[in-house]
Amino acid sequence: MRNRNATAYRFLTPYLLIFAIFWVWPIISSFLISFQATRTVPWRFAPGFNWGRLIGDPAFFNALKNTLLILVIQVPVMIALAMVMAVLLNSPLLKARGLYRFAFFAPVVVGEVAYSAVFRLMFSLDFGIVNKLLNSIGLPKVDWFSNVTPAMALIMIAVTWRWAGYNAIILLAGMQSIPEDVYEAATLDRVSKLKQFFHITLPLLKPVIVFCAVLSIIGTMQLFTEPFLITERGGPGGGTETLGLLLYRQGFRSLNFGYASAVAYTMAGLAIAITLVQLWLMREPK
Amino acid sequence: MTSLSSSRLRRSIALHLFLTPLALIWLFPLWMMVVFSTMPDNGIFSPGIELLPHGNFIDNFNNLQRDTDFVGAIIISVGVAVTYTFLSVLLTSMAGWALARYQFFGKSVVVAIILGTITLPYAVVLIPQFIMVARDFKLANTWVALIVPPLFNSLGVLFMRQSFSMMPDDLFDAARVEGVKEWRIFVFIALPLARPMLAALCIILFLASWNNYLWPLLINSQPGSMTAPVALGTLIGLTKVSWGGIMAGAVMLTVPMLIVFVLLQRHFIAGIAAGAVK
Repeated sequence: MRNRNATAYRFLTPYLLIFAIFWVWPIISSFLISFQATRTVPWRFAPGFNWGRLIGDPAFFNALKNTLLILVIQVPVMIALAMVMAVLLNSPLLKARGLYRFAFFAPVVVGEVAYSAVFRLMFSLDFGIVNKLLNSIGLPKVDWFSNVTPAMALIMIAVTWRWAGYNAIILLAGMQSIPEDVYEAATLDRVSKLKQFFHITLPLLKPVIVFCAVLSIIGTMQLFTEPFLITERGGPGGGTETLGLLLYRQGFRSLNFGYASAVAYTMAGLAIAITLVQLWLMREPK
Repeated sequence: MTSLSSSRLRRSIALHLFLTPLALIWLFPLWMMVVFSTMPDNGIFSPGIELLPHGNFIDNFNNLQRDTDFVGAIIISVGVAVTYTFLSVLLTSMAGWALARYQFFGKSVVVAIILGTITLPYAVVLIPQFIMVARDFKLANTWVALIVPPLFNSLGVLFMRQSFSMMPDDLFDAARVEGVKEWRIFVFIALPLARPMLAALCIILFLASWNNYLWPLLINSQPGSMTAPVALGTLIGLTKVSWGGIMAGAVMLTVPMLIVFVLLQRHFIAGIAAGAVK
């Protein structure tokens, strides 16, 4: 590798320029905006205005609670499911592997709007195929959109359907990079497959699992489209409102950029804190 | 030996008995999307259970086109996704090349910043980006607004850096000895060698642009400038709207991507897995 400042920066400039304009400046700007009252013209500096409102706003705590609830339930369930998919897809006993891979990986290419529309139809109260199927096996209909608990469950089901395969792809690639001879040695020593999974696969896969968890947490933290489209703007009555939706309502419906920026920084703070905890949990034991 | 193979057989059967229902559940929403898109609206909202496609796709599509200019929106989406993919591949592979092949002042800082942005929610930049593009640059409802701000992406650069750093040094050194300029080495030697990785990157970037929702929803909200997902999204939740039409739109957004996925599965998976495996 050669030391060439000028050449290197010539290759990097367009990328760094975009980065500076559309990321660096907005990150700073959004921080500054969060300390301004933005519904007066001109905006005026008022340090406690938005942050003070934030800590006393029931709508914020409702959105925070919903977001964290989805985070705590959906992310672990999805990663466990993705792990099951990856392990089974990796099994040498599996026939027609391509078909199974297609089934689990296909949702990765489906856009948020398209799948939100389908989920809305599938789960509708009287004409939804899910309730019809529940009825046909003798179970009662579930009102997925008018009650908070089923509505939250629906959001989690939808997100899990969309993203489990994505995580399975990453986990599967991680598994396939573990050298085969580790398992061969274990098999010769008559270590059961289950033990091999817990004592070889899982520890070696830890960094990959953490990577999946970090990506999923950041994604779920910003969850917007599903409660926006599936449960109709966070319904019923704010029951599925997330921080992403609150930011949208405050920033782009009420045009209250200052308050929305404070919400955005709260999301970033939470995402960074959770990521740091994850990295700390996976640190190498000294 | 027979007991070993019969236990293998039993395990294999158990595996398929578990995985097949799971796979069917996973395919079900996609299947129903296709079924709904071929049913008349009074069929979608009828008490019976319909699991097979009908013949109403064209009518549904006409209803959709009556509710919103979906064809126009598709044209915008395709144009934007193609332009975005080209520019983004260019930018990220140039940056990835610099990070992989040169030693330079400030390199570790650049890498640290790129890694850091992975963990930063997009929400943090959303509002200033919007104010800047819409108010300061007056670019709302233009293609530029859809294409340029999302050009920064961190996983793509890391993927290309990884790809270029795996190439052997002597390839490039031989050219340097002959006095070939660095940008020619990049364009004529490095890029052709990276073709499989570029293919993977193209697919991922095209898909990201094709499916992007929040930013286009905010910045291009005028009818006539909307992308296809945004145009479709405006119909969801309206009372007098053809749901068969919405489903026809969903199929038009999804099925081409599914076909690409099946044809280029290897590149697709490589692109997604790239983030995790070093």
